[in-house]
Parts: sequence; structure tokens; C-alpha cells
Amino acid sequence: MAAELHVELVAADRQVWSGEATLVVARTTSGDIGVMPGHQPLLGVLESGPVTIRTSEGATVVAAVHGGFISFADNKLSLLAEIAELADEIDVQRTEQELERAKADDDAVAQRRADVRLRAAAAAR
Amino acid sequence: MGAQLRVYKRRIRSVTATKKITKAMEMIAASRVVKAQRKVAASTPYAQELTRAVTAVGTGSNIKHPLTTEAENPTRAAVLLLTSDRGLAGAFNSNAIKAAEQLTERLEREGKQVDSYIVGRRGVAHYNFRERKIAESWTGFTDEPTYADAKKVAAPLIEAIEQETADGGVDELHIVYTEFVSMMTQTAIDSRLLPLRLEEVAAQTEKKDEILPLYDFEPSAEDVLDALLPRYVESRIYNALLQSAASKHAATRRAMKSATDNAGELIETLTRLANQARQAEITQEISEIVGGASALADATAGSDY
Repeated sequence: MAAELHVELVAADRQVWSGEATLVVARTTSGDIGVMPGHQPLLGVLESGPVTIRTSEGATVVAAVHGGFISFADNKLSLLAEIAELADEIDVQRTEQELERAKADDDAVAQRRADVRLRAAAAAR
Repeated sequence: MGAQLRVYKRRIRSVTATKKITKAMEMIAASRVVKAQRKVAASTPYAQELTRAVTAVGTGSNIKHPLTTEAENPTRAAVLLLTSDRGLAGAFNSNAIKAAEQLTERLEREGKQVDSYIVGRRGVAHYNFRERKIAESWTGFTDEPTYADAKKVAAPLIEAIEQETADGGVDELHIVYTEFVSMMTQTAIDSRLLPLRLEEVAAQTEKKDEILPLYDFEPSAEDVLDALLPRYVESRIYNALLQSAASKHAATRRAMKSATDNAGELIETLTRLANQARQAEITQEISEIVGGASALADATAGSDY
């Protein structure tokens, strides 16, 4: 049996995803980090960006995470984010519109948020 | 119909209308409590993981962070009071306000200057009426608070605590809110958010005697703590807002239930009185008729002679 780690992806107001995985790739402030079962205990600050979870069934779950933390201990990985969305929940068309609007309004925060969503959606495909 | 009876009938009608309204409010509040409780439950995983992480950094590293170390001579404190926008909730708001006042008094006795931050129209009105200074206030979301609301509330508080005391910053951050214990019990409590008491934080996590592993911090323990603590404060405020909302709905439900019960009792009493008045009226009419008839009989009997 391949080694597994338990992943919990939680947003501030709900649990987004939880399950077993073999590999989780996330972007921390000092670069991309891949966590596999048996990793050393870790606590890091996440950048806004897509998080890739390879589940134990071999499927890939991608989520857009807007800031937050990654913590790993005892083969349990938690991804905490104020806002987190699974790639399948993201409406690409609407996000593209949002990006256009954010560009027009010169709203850097909204622009980055939309950008992260689109990247996550693209990574899932 | 006699005047007395008409008055009773009118009062019964008005009380019945009031009862219908309070009954409806009771039912609405009951359904909102359930919804609010569900939201509290949904926010728990995030709060728990965050608390764990804060404990891990706090105990696993020897760094001194302004948000975890107590000032040697604290001179200013911020008190955040959570009340509701609407009343009709029994003693809900006055209990919270009373708890905040006690806390303020205690802090002032300790020689600290207190800045009041208030959520909810009721608390704001109370302070305005007494012409007390409010540092900042928020209204309009107490029934269904969202995480964005909590962020909005937390932002100036975090800013104040990060500032030097001399420049108008604060040394301590307290929060007063109503804890949702059960449907029947809600208690107004105050707790100190910052500086952190790590033992207290640790006691909140489920497994109390758990030994935390030595974490590898990315990028550094200090940066992690810098990023973690504002989120921790936001999450605690969010949780307090949700509990306060749930408590408010539970208090409303209870207040409306007793109002409905009282209205029912009042209707019963009034119905009895109305029946009595009607009976008295009938008795009087009968005695008038009988009296009239016998007077008439006496008159005709006399005229026979």
C-alpha cells in the first residue's frame, strides 16, 4: 500500500475538502513545496495560488487558495485559508469577466484573486 | 351590548393580534438559532486548526512577538463589545453591556485607559445616550455575520495593537460577547484575546495533553507568527460574532415564547371577565324585566278597585 497522508482543506466558514492523498503541492512565500507522507513537521505561510492534491486513488484535486497556512504533522496536513475554492467550483467565464472588470477598475486585489482562480481552473484541466 | 363588555371584547381582540405576532417572531427566531448554530459548527474546523498552529508556534519557538508578550506596564486596553442591532431579546443586550462595563471598570482600576469598540446598534445607542466615547463601531450585520464582517471589525483592532502605545496604540485587546452554551443558557463573558495566554489557547484545543511536534517553519517562525496572529484574531472575532448571533436568536425565541404565553394567559383572564360582564348584564336585564312586570301587575291590580 502506498503511504498516505490525510488532508484537510478548510476555509474560514466551511470545510472545502478532506481525504487521503499521496502528494500535496502548494506555494509558500519562499517557493513551491511538495509534501509527501512522512514529511518533517512543517508550518508555512501560503501565497495565493493553486494547490494541487494527488489523491490516493490517483485523481488530482486542484483548489484556488487565497493566502493562508499549511501545517503538517503526524501525517496530517491542514491547509487553512480565508477563502478556498475547488477548481470545479470555479466558473471560468464569470472569473474572466471579473478579471476584466478588476483590470478596468485597477483593483489589484480583485485582479489577483481572479488570476489565482483562473490558474487553478487551468491547472485542473 | 354593555359598555363594559365592549371594552373587554376590544382588549381580547388586540391581545390576540399581539399574540399572533409574538408567536411568529418566536418561530422565526427558532429557525434562525438552528441556522446560526450550523454556522458556528462550520467555522469550528478552521478555528481549531488555527489555534493549534498558534500554539505550535508559540510553544515551539522562543521568539518574542509583540502580540504574545505582555507589556511591562500596560496603560491602554481596547474592549470590543458585541451586541445586536435589534432588541426584543430579553436581557441579552443589557447583560453584554453590563459585562463590558464591569470589565471596563476593572481595567480602569488597574490604571489602564480603555478604548471601546462596539458592534451592534443597541450597544452604540447605550454608549451614545450616556455620552461615552466610542473608538469605532459597526452595525448592520449582527444577525448573520460573515467572515468579511469579522475582518472589517478586526482590522482597526489589529492596527491599534501593533501601534506603539505612545502613538495611540493599545497594549491589550479584550472581547465581550455572549457565549452560546445551549438553547436555554447564554452567558455574557469577557476574554482577553491579546496578548495571548498560551496555556489558555492550548486548553481550547481538543487534546489537552498532546505533545506538539517540533515544526519546521517556512519561511521563519517569526514570519509565520506575524501572518498567523491577525488571522487568529479574525477567526476568534468571527467565532464570537457567530456565537453572539446564535445567542441573540435564542434569547429572542425565549422572550417571544414568554410573551406568547403571557398573551394567552391575558386572553383567558379577559375572556372570564367578559363572560362575567355578559352574565351580569343578562341578570340585570332579567331583574329589570321581572321588576317591570311586577310593577305593571301591581299597577293593574290596584286599578281594579
